[in-house]
Amino acid sequence: MARKDFKVISEWVKQDSRILDLGCGDGSLLKLLSKERNGNGYGVDTSIDKIIKSLDNNINVINADINNKLDYFSDDSFDYVILAQSLQVVNNPVDLIKEMLRIGNEVIISFPNMGYWKSRFYLFLKGRMPVTSELPYSWHSTPNIHLCTIKDFKQMCHTNNFTIVDEVISSGKGSTVSPSLSNLLGESAIFKVR
Amino acid sequence: MDIIKEHKLSIDIPLKLKSGKTLNSYDLVYETYGQLNDNKDNAVLICHALSGNHHVAGYHEGDNKPGWWDNMIGSGKPINTNKLFVVCVNNIGGCHGSTGPASINIETGTNYGFDFPVVTVQDWVNSQKVLMDNLGINKWQFVVGGSLGGMQAFQWTLDYPDYIDNAIIIAAAPKLTAQNIAFNEVARQAIMNDPDWCGGNYLKEDKIPKRGLALARMLGHITYLSDKSMAEKFGRDLKQEKIGFNFDVEFQIESYLRYQGEKFVNSFDANTYLLMTKALDYYDPVSDSEFIDKISSTMTKFLLISFTSDWRFPPSRSEEIVKTLISYNKSVSYACVKSDGGHDAFLMKNDNYFDVMRNFIENN
Repeated sequence: MARKDFKVISEWVKQDSRILDLGCGDGSLLKLLSKERNGNGYGVDTSIDKIIKSLDNNINVINADINNKLDYFSDDSFDYVILAQSLQVVNNPVDLIKEMLRIGNEVIISFPNMGYWKSRFYLFLKGRMPVTSELPYSWHSTPNIHLCTIKDFKQMCHTNNFTIVDEVISSGKGSTVSPSLSNLLGESAIFKVR
Repeated sequence: MDIIKEHKLSIDIPLKLKSGKTLNSYDLVYETYGQLNDNKDNAVLICHALSGNHHVAGYHEGDNKPGWWDNMIGSGKPINTNKLFVVCVNNIGGCHGSTGPASINIETGTNYGFDFPVVTVQDWVNSQKVLMDNLGINKWQFVVGGSLGGMQAFQWTLDYPDYIDNAIIIAAAPKLTAQNIAFNEVARQAIMNDPDWCGGNYLKEDKIPKRGLALARMLGHITYLSDKSMAEKFGRDLKQEKIGFNFDVEFQIESYLRYQGEKFVNSFDANTYLLMTKALDYYDPVSDSEFIDKISSTMTKFLLISFTSDWRFPPSRSEEIVKTLISYNKSVSYACVKSDGGHDAFLMKNDNYFDVMRNFIENN
């Protein structure tokens, strides 16, 4: 298993689903969902290098920028629209989530939690922008322009009437974290939204 | 390097054309590369574009230049002839051996000239199917084409969905725009207004409309390149040291275009050029009343590729096809490759482009 969030996403996704994976990278999530859930659909990525890798993973992949309107895809045409570890790189997260909800029945979003204690300590003690295993970039070269905490994400969902139907918050070691302390102890978060 | 020989298939089963006319008999000239396996399921059809022909790879005896897509097709290349059996045929209406306007019509004993019927992409696909049957190929593992060739690859998925596993459609469009047709019309007018065209029957008059055909080619060539690639290759470079205030060939680009035009008239037939541009203009599969049934039933896996600097068939045109395919839940991948090569980028070596081709082909 390459990534922690993939395991949860694979558990959530129902058998034989139609899946759209935005910011699909090398296509390994769709490949996994195809194998474990007989899922099918498309990956979308703006980088030609990722397209080439996705083709090597033998998934359907579309070379497009998810910051633009996703008019390749019609309303309610997928069971799931997934945004795995890419929320923080998009220009307008709210517009994108609205677009995802237009296309899919359910939306799955995973992102690194900036409220994680290690990130907080990094800034608090070192006085510098956090650089962690999940967020390995320096502030000046990071593609992550919209980092948020779990609390921030929930607030954004509330404001925009996005309904959170499920969530899994995991610690650095991969174990599940209790909801009351999730914003402090959770390193990565996965939400299912309608 | 292996020496490639062309083959000829003479067919006397009439081919009914989309125009309503019939070709009672015709020749198809083709080449093959690699070996057809015992299951006869490793075959690849390459469809050529407007000015292309069947000599797609390798060398003919005595040639110092290989076929037109030799960088893509061969041993260890993206279309790997160590594994695949590659077929390319000169389309009917062409001028490189298959029956076309310059061929002798056995019913009249003279060449067809302007009487050769207008042929369409669908007609070509039907004739390619005849060749396929004659070669004993059960199914194309891939049908591949750029530009007008890509339109043929798309048409295969609609007309013979059971005979094709994968279609690779490069630098193509679902139909021509008014601007595309306008360029074709100017090219046709250049040919037809050449006095040596003789109403299309120039061969009978022992003439060749060289000026018109060269002009058509020069115009076409401009649309195949990008502004940037022209600027990089020629800029405003002069042939002489300074401008001469006259109308001689002064700029390098003028010299290049004239050379391209002159070279073309020695290897291409003017009436074929007219036919090819008409086939482009007429192509519009989505308007076919059976399109929805056809596209719904095809199980073909698609790969579409476009190039950023292509302004003849820009990425948006490939994306129209991709969008249509997605709306019918087809298995489709799409790559938009950064290139300064313009429309002709599909013929040029480019690492990303070749990696896309290679990875798709090796996994399918």
